[in-house]
Order: sequence, then structure tokens, then C-alpha cells
Amino acid sequence: MHGPAPEERTRPVGRRSSQGIRVDPHAEATHEPRRTALSALVYHEPGVLAKVSGLVSRRQFNIESLTVGSTTNPETARITLVIEEPEPGVRQVEKQLLKLQPVISVRELGGDAIRRELVVLKVHGDEPDKVNAITQMYDGRTLDAGPRTITVEITGDEQKINDAIDAYRQFGIRELARTGQTALARGDEWTTDAEEERYERMQTEMGTSDSE
Amino acid sequence: MSEGSPARPASQETETETETTGETGGEADATTEDAAATPERTTGAAAVVTALERANVEHVFGVQGGAIMPVYDALYHSDIAHVTMAHEQGAAHAADAYGQVTGAPGVCFATSGPGATNLVTGIADANMDSDPVLALTGQVPTNFVGNDAFQETDTVGVTRPITKANYFADDETTIGDLVTEAFTVAGEGRPGPTLVDLPKDVTNAETEARPPEERDAAAAPAAEPQAVERAAEALASAEKPLVLAGGGVTKANASEELRRFATTFEVPVVTTMPGIGTFPEDHDLCLSWAGMHGTGYANMAISHTDCLLAVGTRFDDRLTGGIETFAPDATVVHVDIDPAEISKNVHADYPLVGDAGVVLDQLFETLPDGPDDRWATWREQCATWKEEYPMSYTTPDDEPLKPQFVVEALDEMTPDDTLVTTGVGQHQMWAAQFWTYTEPRTYISSHGLGTMGYGLPAAIGAKLAAPDREVVCFDGDGSFLMTVQELSVAVRENLDITVVVLNNEAIGMVRQWQDAFFGGRRMASEYRWMPDFATLAEAFGARGFTVDDYDDVADTLEAALDYDGPSVVDAFVDPAENVYPMVPSGGANDQFALSEDHL
Repeated sequence: MHGPAPEERTRPVGRRSSQGIRVDPHAEATHEPRRTALSALVYHEPGVLAKVSGLVSRRQFNIESLTVGSTTNPETARITLVIEEPEPGVRQVEKQLLKLQPVISVRELGGDAIRRELVVLKVHGDEPDKVNAITQMYDGRTLDAGPRTITVEITGDEQKINDAIDAYRQFGIRELARTGQTALARGDEWTTDAEEERYERMQTEMGTSDSE
Repeated sequence: MSEGSPARPASQETETETETTGETGGEADATTEDAAATPERTTGAAAVVTALERANVEHVFGVQGGAIMPVYDALYHSDIAHVTMAHEQGAAHAADAYGQVTGAPGVCFATSGPGATNLVTGIADANMDSDPVLALTGQVPTNFVGNDAFQETDTVGVTRPITKANYFADDETTIGDLVTEAFTVAGEGRPGPTLVDLPKDVTNAETEARPPEERDAAAAPAAEPQAVERAAEALASAEKPLVLAGGGVTKANASEELRRFATTFEVPVVTTMPGIGTFPEDHDLCLSWAGMHGTGYANMAISHTDCLLAVGTRFDDRLTGGIETFAPDATVVHVDIDPAEISKNVHADYPLVGDAGVVLDQLFETLPDGPDDRWATWREQCATWKEEYPMSYTTPDDEPLKPQFVVEALDEMTPDDTLVTTGVGQHQMWAAQFWTYTEPRTYISSHGLGTMGYGLPAAIGAKLAAPDREVVCFDGDGSFLMTVQELSVAVRENLDITVVVLNNEAIGMVRQWQDAFFGGRRMASEYRWMPDFATLAEAFGARGFTVDDYDDVADTLEAALDYDGPSVVDAFVDPAENVYPMVPSGGANDQFALSEDHL
């Protein structure tokens, strides 16, 4: 004898959210996407950027910016990844990155982290005085001023860059280049565990060699 | 094009050879004589082979070709047996099955360009199922790389998303180390495929460097004790606990630990499809496997459990159905060796990162002694579902042969440790549903990628891994045709395997979906003509049989099993038969359909 047909079966009461989280009074949770920066310390080897960007894109994570550059150790590089994801997505990016062979350490940067971005932008040179005033207002520098165009650089956090770009719009922006965020943890805090460990190891080694 | 480019002296001679012989390799007499005269000559290629020898590799599967020739030449003096496959896809699948049966990485070889790209399907398959595979591919000489040279492909780039790790060997002094590392990485932790791309000048180059002795395996990681205690508390306070055993239990060789845990505490067990065999399917506590075509009782148990102990599963959508309705009342204890699987698809209330066997033992030690009396009601409920939704089919005399009957008949004739490989499609589901698996590593199939054509090359790999065991392959007519050429390999190697083609003259699973969800428009799913598989088998040098009647099934299967070599049984089964139960894609597990009427 077959049991009840699908619609006649007793249904469990609970449900899960689209993120697989059980929805009940105790565990109910929905996550809104948030914008955050991850700092990844990686081995400085060919293809590492392709591996990181390929992973992020094929897993459909929403990437805002990605910057890469050297660190105090010539064998490693730092990748700063700005993503906009709900909490489970942020944790996934972190864990998936850690699975990549050249990735040494990954840390999500806190809200107080020092984040900087550089923009180089070129505006029409019809009103040089006004352009200069805006540049000074944003602590920028004029890199090139000709009869037809003025090129400036502005450094700052993302919001400041956005505001500055808005301010320059009145002159007509011909083109611009943004670097994307790069960042370090604030104060005493280390940006990644691996760097802290290496720093302490080197301090110990130097201490040992001094005493010898 | 090679004449115009500067080539390294070491690779110059063989370069000309590559140009003329191309992928098939052709005669390699000159190289062979050279190697015979100076067997002590050490090259990058020799280091590659030494690395494989030191890893105790006994069989490799592959296809010769221009860029991989130095490595094959180095194999000439090795005790490693090379199995020449008909197509590189077959080599990758054979290595995959070999790795699943032995537990150590299976190894496959291919040349550059088309050889490497032909491996891609097999590598992707191994990646989805976390099967340990080491792929070694030839590459054009390093000074040609990037120039679109003859038979060049960016193999490392192509395989990056489908490998656990891949490497470009650009230095003959470290090439052996790379192969050793790739072999180790493929097998350790969560297994997976790795690849080393071997440029021809690097494998040809003279070197004194040898690969390191195989390094000791890392200890299986345990979960944090406090986390184990919290998870044990959650299990102990549950009313309706359920174990969900995935492929990770097989990979960790944790079947014994699972059996001890479940039988001691008398907790019902559901497996995933890759977890089939980790818990004996003839045991009272076993509810078989859950998911789209899993048993009704497994899916009812998943839907109603209040505490799911999920071990070594990644919660694939074929298992969970719609994530919103999966195990809706359950707190989830998730055991996995890969932290990235924790809360990827289903949120883990109690994550336990570690080896499946070690963590099951930790839980075993932490839980109070013996079964909980409160759980008796839950076990009775599960037993009731087993009675309400049994796995069954009808066999009236006047109907065409039912595929399920053929599966059951062969199961009865073969020993418990028989290795079953399958292609992908309806036949795969029947082979999983109507065969009773009692041992781990006996159901060898393509799960995550769903690769049609997996069955025959997998049977070859499985038989070479376990020559003393019975190996049968259930294939579909569509799936069989995709890698049928590998029959030549089974004949050449004289492998005693039995292929049963459940022939329903269609890509049956697609046809089933078209009938259910596409208004019966059978676009490109039915075969208007099919070769005579029995005659085709004979043409390959195998034995061929056909069967279409209930009365002949036993005798035909018996004759095929008795034949000492590869045999193919073309079983004409009822084209109208479909796979049930079925959870419609994205539906709730407990809303499975038992027939067309329910869809």
C-alpha cells in the first residue's frame, strides 16, 4: 500500500531562508548585502591574480574592486578585495579564497580600517582657477595643466573620491582612472595573521643573532 | 614554425619529431634505442616517473602524443603499467574510478592541446565528486608557450576552475617535486584532481635532481572538543535524530565509524548518492539514499528530522531540492573536512570541521551510552514510511522487460563486494535504487557533473584496481555510445567486466522530463536508430548478448558473467518506464511523486 499522495502528506512546519538558514523564532535570520573589504596575503607568483579573480567571478560573488601590490616580504603580495555580499557570502569568499594554494591568509577588515583609493582625472581647462580651488578643497594635486585640460589626483576613502568626482563634473570630466581600495588594519592590529607571525619570527631571529 | 624560432638545444631533436608525428606519436625507435643504451640518463621526464614510482603508482591511463613523448619514453624502463585508452576522456574516468576503488590518486596522461582538452570532462567530473586524480599533460616547449604553437593550449588556465590545484613545471630540477606534491595534494584532506603541465623541453632536459621520498601523510584532523560537546548535546536532546552520510564518509574510510555510531545509538541513516554503501542498505536502520530520485522514506525522514547529523556532504541541489524546504525543522550538525562547505548551502548550527571518521568517533565518545528510548517512536515512524513508500515496480507478463528487474537479477547473481559502475541517466538511478549496496566504494558513478559515458571507462579503471572482484557496468544506450570506443581497451587488456546496457532507445531521463515538464515534446531525446550493441561488442572483440524477455534474463546474465573477458548485454527494456520516486527540481523533499499522476 502506498502512503498519502504529495498534497495529503503532513508537512513539517519550519522553513529555511534562501540562504539555507532555518527560519524559526530562535534562528530566524535574513542578511542584507553589505560592502566590505577583505585583505588576502598571497604568494607573489605568476597567475595568482587570475586564480583569485577567476574564483570570485565563477562563484558569482559581487566584486566592487580588487587591488594588488607588494608587501614588506618580496615573496608575498597583498590583494585587497572589496565585495558587496550578505554575511554568508562574505564568509564564503573568505573560505574559498583560503582554499587557493597561493593564498596564505585572509582577513575581513573592520569598520575602522584605513582604506584609501587614488583617482587620476582629467577635466576641461576652461576654468583653471575654479578647478584649482576644488583640488585644494579635496587635498588633491595638479599633475598637469595645459591650455585645454587639467589633470589632478585625489587620494582618500571611497566616499571622498566619489564626492570629489561629483565636484569636478561641472567642468566636464574627459576621463578618469580609479585604483580601487587598498587598506590596512588600524593601529596595533595586524592586517593578516601571517604577517604578524612572520614579523615576530624575524624579531626573534634578529634577537638570536644579536646575542650570538 | 619551429624552424624559425629559437629552441633550446635539449629539445631540438625531438621537436622535429613532434612536427612530423603529431598527436599519435608514431614511431619512437630512435629515442627508445637511445634510452636503452644509456638507461642511467636522468631527465625531467625520468624525475616525473620516479616521483610516480615513489608514490607507489602501479597503473597509469593515457594516450600518447607529441608533447608527452619524453614522459612515455621514461616509462619504458619503469614497472608502472600503462593502459592505453582510446580517448583521453576515458583515461581520466578510468583514473578516477581507479582512485575511488583504491583510495589513492589515479593517474592519467595526455599530450598537449587536444589531449589535454579531452581530459577536461574527466577532470571536471573528478572535481565535482572530490575524487583523487593526478593528471599529467604534455606541453609545447617553454619557448613556444604563448605563441599558439602546434597543439598548444593553456592547459593550466583551462583547468584552473576544475582542479584542486594545478602546476606548470617550468624547471627540470623541481619537476619531480611538483609531481610528488600534486600527487599528495590530490589525495589528502578533501581529495580532488590535480594537474601538472609538462613542457617538452623541461621533460627532455638533463637533470640530476630526483623527487623527494614520499612524505608522511598528515594526521586526520579532529574537530574542536568544545564544538563536539555542543553538537553532542544537540543530538542528545533531539527527538528525531537522523544521520545523513555523504561521499566524504567514503573518502575518509569512515564506514566502520559510521556503522558503530548508528547501530550503537540506533539512529536511522540516510545516505546521499555518493554515500551509497557507507551504511549497509539491508540494515533495519538504513533508509537508503535521499534526493531527487532517492527513496520516499529517506526523503520523508529528511523532511521530518529535528536534528540532522550531516557527515561529508556538500548539500548538492539534487539532494536538497529547494533549499527553503530542506529539512525545515532540523538543527544541522555538519561534519566536513573542508571549512568552505560549512554553511555554503545549508546553514550549519553546529559546524564540526575535521575528518569524518575522527569526528564520528569524537561524537561517539561524547554522547551518553546506548540508544535513547525516546528515539524508538522516531524509528517506528521511519519504519512506517518504509512500508508506505516501498521501492517497487510492476512486472506483468505482457509488458516489455522492466529495467529494474534486470538490475535486481544481476544483484542476486553477484557477490556483495561487486563493483558497480554506471553511466548517467535513468539506468544510473535504477542501478542505485534496485541494487542493494552493503560495502563502501562499490557504487562508482558520476554524481556532481553527471557525465554520460562515465560507466565503461570507469569499469576499466575499477577492474584494474581490483582484478579479483566482479565488475559490472550499467549503462544506458545514449551514455554507452559516448565512450563505446573504450571497449577496445577492455578487450586488449582482457578485462573481465560485464556491461549491461539498459536500452530504452532514448536519452531516457531527458525524455522523462520532456513528458513531465515540456508537454511531451520529445525534442532530440529519442533515437530513431541505434546500432546493434551485441554485434558492435563482437566487432570490438568482446562478447555480445541481447535480451528482451523475462525468461531469458537469468541465463543471459549468467553467460555474460561467466565469459572470461569483456561482455556486453544489450537489454531491451520498456521505453515507457520512468524513474520514480521523483522530487521535482527545486521542490520539497517530502513532495516526491510516485508516478506521473503526482507530477
